[in-house]
Amino acid sequence: MLRNLARKIQLPASGRSISRRRRQNLPLCPSRYLCSSVLPDTLDRTSDSYARNSEAMEGLISQLHSHILQVMNGGGSDAVKRNTSRNKLLPRDRIDSLIDPGSSFLELSQLAGHELYDDPLPSGGIITGFGPVHGKLCMFVANDPTVKGGTYFPITVKKHLRAQEIAAKCRLPCMYLVDSGGAFLPKQAEIFPDKENFGRIFYNQSLMSADGIPQIALVLGSCTAGGAYIPAMADESVMVKGNGTIFLAGPPLVKAATGEEVSAEDLGGASLHCRTSGVSDYFAQDEQHALAIGRNIAKNLHMAGNMGTQHQRISDFKEPLYDEAELRAIAPTDLKQSFDIRSVISRIVDGSEFDEFKKLYGATLVTGFARIFGQPVGIIGNNGILFNESAVKGAHFIELCTQRNIPLIFLQNITGFMVGSKSEANGIAKSGAKMVMAVSCAKVPKITVVVGGSFGAGNYAMCGRAYSPDFMFFWPNARISVMGGPQAAGVLAQIEGASRKKTGTPWSKEEEEKFKAGVVEAYDREGSAYYSTARLWDDGIIDPADTRKVLGLCLAAATTNRMPESTKYGVFRM
Amino acid sequence: MSSLASLLRRRARPIPLRLRGFSSNSIDRASGRIEKLLIANRGEIACRIMRTAKRLGIRTVAVYSDADERSLHVKLADEAVRIGPPPARLSYLSAASIIEAASRTGAQAIHPGYGFLSESSEFAQLCQDEGITFVGPPASAIRDMGDKSASKRIMGAAGVPLVPGYHGYEQDIDLMKLEADKIGYPILIKPTHGGGGKGMRIVQSPEDFVDSFIGAQREAAASFGINTILLEKYITKPRHIEVQIFGDKYGNIVHLNERDCSVQRRHQKIIEEAPAPNISGDFRSHLGQAAVSAAKAVNYHSAGTVEFIVDTLSGEFYFMEMNTRLQVEHPVTEMIVGQDLVAWQIRVANGEPLPFSQSEVPLLGHAFEARIYAENVPKGFLPATGILHHYHPVQASSEVRVETGVEQGDTVSMHYDPMIAKLVVWGEDRTGALIKMRDSLSKFQVAGLPTNIDFLSKLANHGAFEKGEVETHFIELHKDDLFVDPDDELSTQLVYKSAARSAAIAAACLCEKEHASTSESSPGSLSVWYANPPFRVNHFAKRTMELEWEDDTSKGGPKLVPVHVTHMPKGKYLIETGGSSFPDLELNIVHLGNHHFRVEHDGLSTNTSMAVYQKDQFEHIHIWHGSCHHHFRRRNKLDLVDIDESNQHRPTTEASSHPPGSVAAPMAGLVVKVLVKDGEKVPEGQPIIVLEAMKMEHVVKATHAGYISGLRVSAGQQVSDGTLLFTVKENRGDVS
Repeated sequence: MLRNLARKIQLPASGRSISRRRRQNLPLCPSRYLCSSVLPDTLDRTSDSYARNSEAMEGLISQLHSHILQVMNGGGSDAVKRNTSRNKLLPRDRIDSLIDPGSSFLELSQLAGHELYDDPLPSGGIITGFGPVHGKLCMFVANDPTVKGGTYFPITVKKHLRAQEIAAKCRLPCMYLVDSGGAFLPKQAEIFPDKENFGRIFYNQSLMSADGIPQIALVLGSCTAGGAYIPAMADESVMVKGNGTIFLAGPPLVKAATGEEVSAEDLGGASLHCRTSGVSDYFAQDEQHALAIGRNIAKNLHMAGNMGTQHQRISDFKEPLYDEAELRAIAPTDLKQSFDIRSVISRIVDGSEFDEFKKLYGATLVTGFARIFGQPVGIIGNNGILFNESAVKGAHFIELCTQRNIPLIFLQNITGFMVGSKSEANGIAKSGAKMVMAVSCAKVPKITVVVGGSFGAGNYAMCGRAYSPDFMFFWPNARISVMGGPQAAGVLAQIEGASRKKTGTPWSKEEEEKFKAGVVEAYDREGSAYYSTARLWDDGIIDPADTRKVLGLCLAAATTNRMPESTKYGVFRM
Repeated sequence: MSSLASLLRRRARPIPLRLRGFSSNSIDRASGRIEKLLIANRGEIACRIMRTAKRLGIRTVAVYSDADERSLHVKLADEAVRIGPPPARLSYLSAASIIEAASRTGAQAIHPGYGFLSESSEFAQLCQDEGITFVGPPASAIRDMGDKSASKRIMGAAGVPLVPGYHGYEQDIDLMKLEADKIGYPILIKPTHGGGGKGMRIVQSPEDFVDSFIGAQREAAASFGINTILLEKYITKPRHIEVQIFGDKYGNIVHLNERDCSVQRRHQKIIEEAPAPNISGDFRSHLGQAAVSAAKAVNYHSAGTVEFIVDTLSGEFYFMEMNTRLQVEHPVTEMIVGQDLVAWQIRVANGEPLPFSQSEVPLLGHAFEARIYAENVPKGFLPATGILHHYHPVQASSEVRVETGVEQGDTVSMHYDPMIAKLVVWGEDRTGALIKMRDSLSKFQVAGLPTNIDFLSKLANHGAFEKGEVETHFIELHKDDLFVDPDDELSTQLVYKSAARSAAIAAACLCEKEHASTSESSPGSLSVWYANPPFRVNHFAKRTMELEWEDDTSKGGPKLVPVHVTHMPKGKYLIETGGSSFPDLELNIVHLGNHHFRVEHDGLSTNTSMAVYQKDQFEHIHIWHGSCHHHFRRRNKLDLVDIDESNQHRPTTEASSHPPGSVAAPMAGLVVKVLVKDGEKVPEGQPIIVLEAMKMEHVVKATHAGYISGLRVSAGQQVSDGTLLFTVKENRGDVS
């Protein structure tokens, strides 16, 4: 009640009010001071930089869309035709049939495997993401049989495990749409033996099942060798007559091993596994039937949602006052150009209302409270280099949010912590450590969006991949590396120069420049969003204009089934 | 000018009446007047009679069979009495039960409506004997006019012109054939009793005479209990014009102008109008005088209709028959004379004299009636049954009347007439009335069973109909325009294009509706997941709907119209229906609630209605957009009901469909006669089974020459729509 009242009196000062109800409540706002949380519109739409940034971003987005279009076609038209001729749908269509009609689906790491191997591996050969089934958010892991027969490459395994990691953290029921030839044997050394390899899939299934997170397998195609354990270890599994097969060894291997000649259907078809072996639970006449059974299983899941905090209906919220599409014109592609992160915040939070915390102190880090689709969040964004004050302020703000169980959003555009004698003398390492400690230990949902640069220890303090944010997304212009290319080239050139001096090998100016250019080029390539997303250093590249939407969907996923946890910090160096 | 205005103002009341003519002091006030009326009928006519009775302060009693326990006429009545099981002969035709119901409730009078007992002189007599007022003509007049041969003799004596024919008592088949030869072919064979075209047959050549004659006899016997037949010259280009007459008990008889009921199918009227188009005032008064003479010859009182056949080639008119009851199409007359005929009937029954003389009868504007039937137009207008899943008639007004006896959710059963409603419109002239009828038909929404609404629309929009060039063979004559010829590529393509457009709109409306209902039922914390448009990362959500178009104009099965829907930003829908001949549409849909939508395309927005219901394994979708109506269905893909997992072979429609050569019942009905034995050899077209449904006989014939197999039905057995009746096998060996 009190909270509602508080929300009602936080009204936009400008005339662009969103809902009629709000407008009717206008008299409740007696003073302009009460309205001060609305961020002003500071974007100069007539400026050169606006035009330049929009043009550059349009180029990046059309490049992104063309890459996406490529992977949407799966393994190419022949493979798709073959798939269709077997009465099988493509993995994304399978997921579309499973989720509630007209609902959203948040696909993860669409460009995994991008230019990673000699042959293209669209989407890493596996589609992952989450969406609602009968009102319950589920994680989908769907093999793409049109890509290398649905076999697991190293990146396929990584993507599968990442989906499970999210599901485990957010307590999302898992639906495995199995249609895979198992491990890609030539790369077995990178797939089989290590901790985060193929075996981890079943380990995760076991632990999630033990933790009460439902594991459901729909066997829509082959499910050979190691893959056979996915349905076998599932809580409930469905098999399609004809297309679905489960066996540890296929007919050729059986013949080689024992001399027994047997058809795939008799060896491990739906009828065998549903009637005789009991490996599968539901017999489906065809794929549509299997998907229908899958939906029905989700309907009966005991996880009715609302496991965590009590959620009121949050459909009553205000859209931002400023056009989200303008986010495409804000971030400069030249990372040397700075921009006010508040112009991003004002386009992703409800009503563009942002209650800024400690605004006048450590101004290069912007912290404050807002709501996204009604969901309260704490936002931490970069407005320049991290100084001592900014880092300490960040740690303070994180403590506030963990105390109150408010999810954290990190908007990364960071070149790093301030260097130099003054900074070191002031204990910048100590201040940075406080923020890194706070970020690491915070047990609230964390979502990171890299809207610009992500360099050095700044990446750590701003909840980079190593700090296990629940979700992490890149804008297409984003760049990531331990430091900037030219800086790295300078450092490496100095070391190389010193080493040459020792051995007495002369180094011409041209050679030095060539050396530096090589380093810059490598940093440039390896720092791109595509290089990152191909290796799953993030959960996907998103259109800046979709940021609010993606955050809203992820917040709902991260909070709906999760119980609040209390945060315990380590030793802060004071 | 002012008098016209006042006339029109008076029309503004639902059914205007004139009270001044009736003098109440001529009647003994203490008794005689009807205060409680039993309506021995059902459906729209029962409802219509009750409305007038209520307006006059008369309490109403309904009677109902078990099939009608919850129907509208029962709800409207002050009291209702159950009179028996569904078959009409055990309920609505059971004179004893109805008389008993009247005495039980103390009703002083019975209104028989039309059909059922309305033209039973025995019933009229029984009422009189029991001291109950029969709201209708004297029993003697019903008897005289009920026997067609007798009525023609009386008419001939009264100087009313008659069609050349044979009306003798002698029914020997050879003699009849001789008479037929004398009159000359084509010849019309007709039972002497009954009406509505039942048992009527046209014989083109002498060799067909015997079969038709026997069939007519059997149908007459089944329907009316009397199997005498008459023969008549068959007029090739006839019009059906009838005159409404009205008489009181003091010998005053007036006519209330004529109606043209030429547009017929299966010898039953579907569009009637008053006055008749393209006739002169002289012709009108000649007809009227002949009708009054006919009525006077049988000492008629109450409402009656004298039917004439007009030979459009010669301009001659002949007496056909007199219907001694209130007719289905009486509202068109009411509209052009501004009177309530049911009120007149009640007043005349009360013994009041007619309110005005012939010269005072007005003729105001023009009126049409379109009869909306549950029927399968492409299957030869076969009556249909089913549930009215969606029933939204056009908005009624003083000039648009909807006479109906059903509500949404009601069933049109096989027991009674399949008429759903009558749409009656009035305009200042014929064109004005026609425009209103076209508009009203396009807004008359029925879904759940096939209807003739789209067909009526086509009729109303036909150029020849617009010009008033009506005749009884109108539909046959213009069938090329009224039905789509499946071999005509150009017209089938046009029709398909319009269906594809409707499919696109239907798909967008379905998405919008589905979205509204899923987001409604979703958990609050996930509402962002159900926002419109559904979110996808770096692409638009897309879906394919496989709509099957139920083409009501063609005999072929449903045609697949694949529709691809892309959810565009701001909730727009991009619709592709495949094929280069049909452009993509970008639509904006506003759901106005319930069935109503506003569909915007390229700046043009149109009112659209959609009805969705489940039937068998399909979701049926009806869409009304502008003046178009289309019906689609889609398979319930994700429906788990009735799938037996232990059964490897899922029952599909394909599997359950019958083997080649099979003949299924074209409709639900009663087997009247089985004409051959199982295993018998038959030529193509051999009649095998006679089915009776909706009071009509349907002959089921051999589809091709061969041996009859699997014939297990017998006379008296009820079969449902699609029941396998028999199979025609090529070889005797195949017969099991």
